[in-house]
Amino acid sequence: MALDWLIGANLPQFWKNYLAHFEKEEKQEVHKRYVVFDMETTGLNWREDVILSIGAIGINDNAIEIKDFFEIFIRQEKFNPQSIAFSGVFKDEEEKYVEAEAMIQFLNFIKDATLVSHNINLDIEMINLALKRLELGRLKNSFMDTNALYQRWQHHVEDTQVSLDEVCDALKINKSDRLTASGNAYTTALVFLKLKAKLGF
Amino acid sequence: MKNPVAENVANFLKYFPPFSSLTFSELLSIANQSKIIYLEKNQTLFKGGEDTHKDFYVVKSGAVGLSLTSDAEETLVDKCDEGDILGLRPFFAKNHYLMTAKAREESIICAIPIAAFEPLVTGNSEVLKFLLQSFASHTRNPYDKEHSGKLISENMIFAEHTTDIQYFQPIAYTKNPITANLDDVVMYIAKTMSNSAIGSVIIQRDKLPIGIITDRDLRSKIATGLFPIDVTADKIMTTPVITVPENISVAEAQMLMLKHNVGHLCVTKDGTEKSFITGIISEHDVVAAQSNTPGVLLKQTRRASEGKELKVVREKLSELIQNSIDKNIPVYHITNIVSEINVAITRRAIELAVQEMGTPPPARFVWINIGSQGRKEQLLLTDQDNALIFEDVDSNEYEMVKSYFLVLADKVVHTLKYVGYEMSPDDVMANNPRWCKSVTDWIKQYNTWINTPAERGVELSTLFFDLDFVYGIPEIEQVITETIIKNMDHNKKFFAYLAADTLKNPAPLGFFRQFLVENDGEHKDSFDIKSRALEPLGDAARVLALSHNLVDFTGTYQRYKKLAEIEPENEELFNNCADAFNVLMRFRTEEGLINNSDGKYLNLKDLSKSDKLKLKHCFQPINEIHDLIKNRFSLTYIN
Repeated sequence: MALDWLIGANLPQFWKNYLAHFEKEEKQEVHKRYVVFDMETTGLNWREDVILSIGAIGINDNAIEIKDFFEIFIRQEKFNPQSIAFSGVFKDEEEKYVEAEAMIQFLNFIKDATLVSHNINLDIEMINLALKRLELGRLKNSFMDTNALYQRWQHHVEDTQVSLDEVCDALKINKSDRLTASGNAYTTALVFLKLKAKLGF
Repeated sequence: MKNPVAENVANFLKYFPPFSSLTFSELLSIANQSKIIYLEKNQTLFKGGEDTHKDFYVVKSGAVGLSLTSDAEETLVDKCDEGDILGLRPFFAKNHYLMTAKAREESIICAIPIAAFEPLVTGNSEVLKFLLQSFASHTRNPYDKEHSGKLISENMIFAEHTTDIQYFQPIAYTKNPITANLDDVVMYIAKTMSNSAIGSVIIQRDKLPIGIITDRDLRSKIATGLFPIDVTADKIMTTPVITVPENISVAEAQMLMLKHNVGHLCVTKDGTEKSFITGIISEHDVVAAQSNTPGVLLKQTRRASEGKELKVVREKLSELIQNSIDKNIPVYHITNIVSEINVAITRRAIELAVQEMGTPPPARFVWINIGSQGRKEQLLLTDQDNALIFEDVDSNEYEMVKSYFLVLADKVVHTLKYVGYEMSPDDVMANNPRWCKSVTDWIKQYNTWINTPAERGVELSTLFFDLDFVYGIPEIEQVITETIIKNMDHNKKFFAYLAADTLKNPAPLGFFRQFLVENDGEHKDSFDIKSRALEPLGDAARVLALSHNLVDFTGTYQRYKKLAEIEPENEELFNNCADAFNVLMRFRTEEGLINNSDGKYLNLKDLSKSDKLKLKHCFQPINEIHDLIKNRFSLTYIN
């Protein structure tokens, strides 16, 4: 019923919990938490492709909290050998979850943190689409794009797409961890810390 | 859930002691509780005086400098590179940091909670040993004995170059001293004292100190007839006795003696008179503890009446250098102290020679040190390089005056050789007629050097542009300095020559970033740190400083520091050069102390990997400064 939807009566508990984080009083910005994440997907088309894995790590007080870590691998409905070749992900030893479970865990992890990723728009759209498949609303979190931050630091006027690799080179960040979503998340977190310091926010 | 980021950190830590002695699962648990932080260049990690943090730090990449601030002047004490640990002070002291840690370049730091590490310290004897050893030896990595920096350098007690280095070290004293009871007869106590050649006896009851009988008590109370010689100890003892805890410093001991006007302190278990006696500190212990402090050495030098005594001072000075290096006193301060004493020794040698001559000098003169002595960069026993300038005299007296000074100089040079300073291999010493002449002759000499540096038979010796006044009438040296400035000013040919001379030294690294070692001879496969690293830095500093007319600064370090002030656009490079120079000096000194040599050649096999890396770090500024010189002075001019 329409009314049920309005009052949120039939919404799942995890979603209510998630939304509750945003209803709190204006919190002091002192202990603002950022979650830097990265996803591996079957491709770059946000309508067609699906998420294979998510890696995420938290930043508090300008420090990467190693234990504030999240990683999940998602079982694919359709097995597509091409996507394996594309992403290089083939981790049978990892426990895989269905997409719904992965989303629940992801929302539980991010809470109301500011999300950070490189070229974040694609990631956000794919998550929103996954949430839509669960008949839920869109992500409420505010988010920041390390690509955009990098452009701002470089004083680029137009929007240019620079790959994470290139940003790492420019910022002299070691790229050797960039093999998995979680490794990417960690590398992006270093990029974010550097840019945050340089831009002074 | 598996945490690859934590695994990554654990994999990094496992290569560095003390983490290398932990199991992987222990490392993983540490890593899991750690944080990664990023420091901008010049960002402060912690500040001296600040309350200690909950974490200690491991440098993951970049470099963090540790510095001390005294009298508003910041002194860089150490640089921590990849894998180095800093901020361990909270392990040992719960109060505040002694040093300031500041990023020298963009750095990524792993912050490990002390609470997470502590259980592993107590549970693992290897880790505990590492921490205790580094605490005791003030070395960063006690396993890396020969060329260690310091693990917990923030703990180091810093001695300003004017204060005595050993002054703040624990004093050595007599343990388990001779004691007597209250009812012992004074005569027997005096006999015991006399037999054991000691100046005091502590009077005890149940091993607790009640009083003390010293020579002074015997003198003032027995010898004066105030008390008969067969009274019991309690009648004449001085009470209460001043008690101190174990491990007090020389400074404290001396202060307490002055404060209470006593010559003896009784050491007890907890420092009060209510605990057991464990030792006695006498005035003699205080004096002995300071025997090779700079102040005492200077005093001994001034009082020396023959070469033999100067030789003793010079030997003690070597110990002082070794101690200072072990205690990680900044090289800059060590060189200051050492050259001060070197100069004092030379001065005394000259005074003694003048006395020996029997007649006063027929003219006023100055004795100058040149080369590395002139730059005050001698830590080890290196060569003598000196010269003598006497004021102009009538031409008919000239030969007589000159021969007087040649004889005088010969005496000085030989005394110095006896003391331990090797003769200059090129005979650049004041007893050589070429380098012992009148002001006018010296001015002529400098004019030829500066105006026709490349001509045959001139052979400009750059040594002579690093001169330091040692003895005599400073005004005479002043005349020479003025001549140099006047002639040098914008003299393209001269600077082009100096610059070319600077670039002639072989590069430290080959094309593949490997060390260039000697190919043959006695030092085959050793690295010549003197001519490949220290001299290039020194030469570059000289030509740049002279081109700015900076003749009053002869030390390489000071020259770079001054240059950094004058040319703000090159400030970073010059500061890097200054730091590199100090690091290289320390390498050379340590090598020299170990092998009892002048430290010119480093045996690369004896260097740890991190030391090699540190060395290579120092070479970057050499390349950059060479480029700067190539661009600045037109080198084609003389070729």
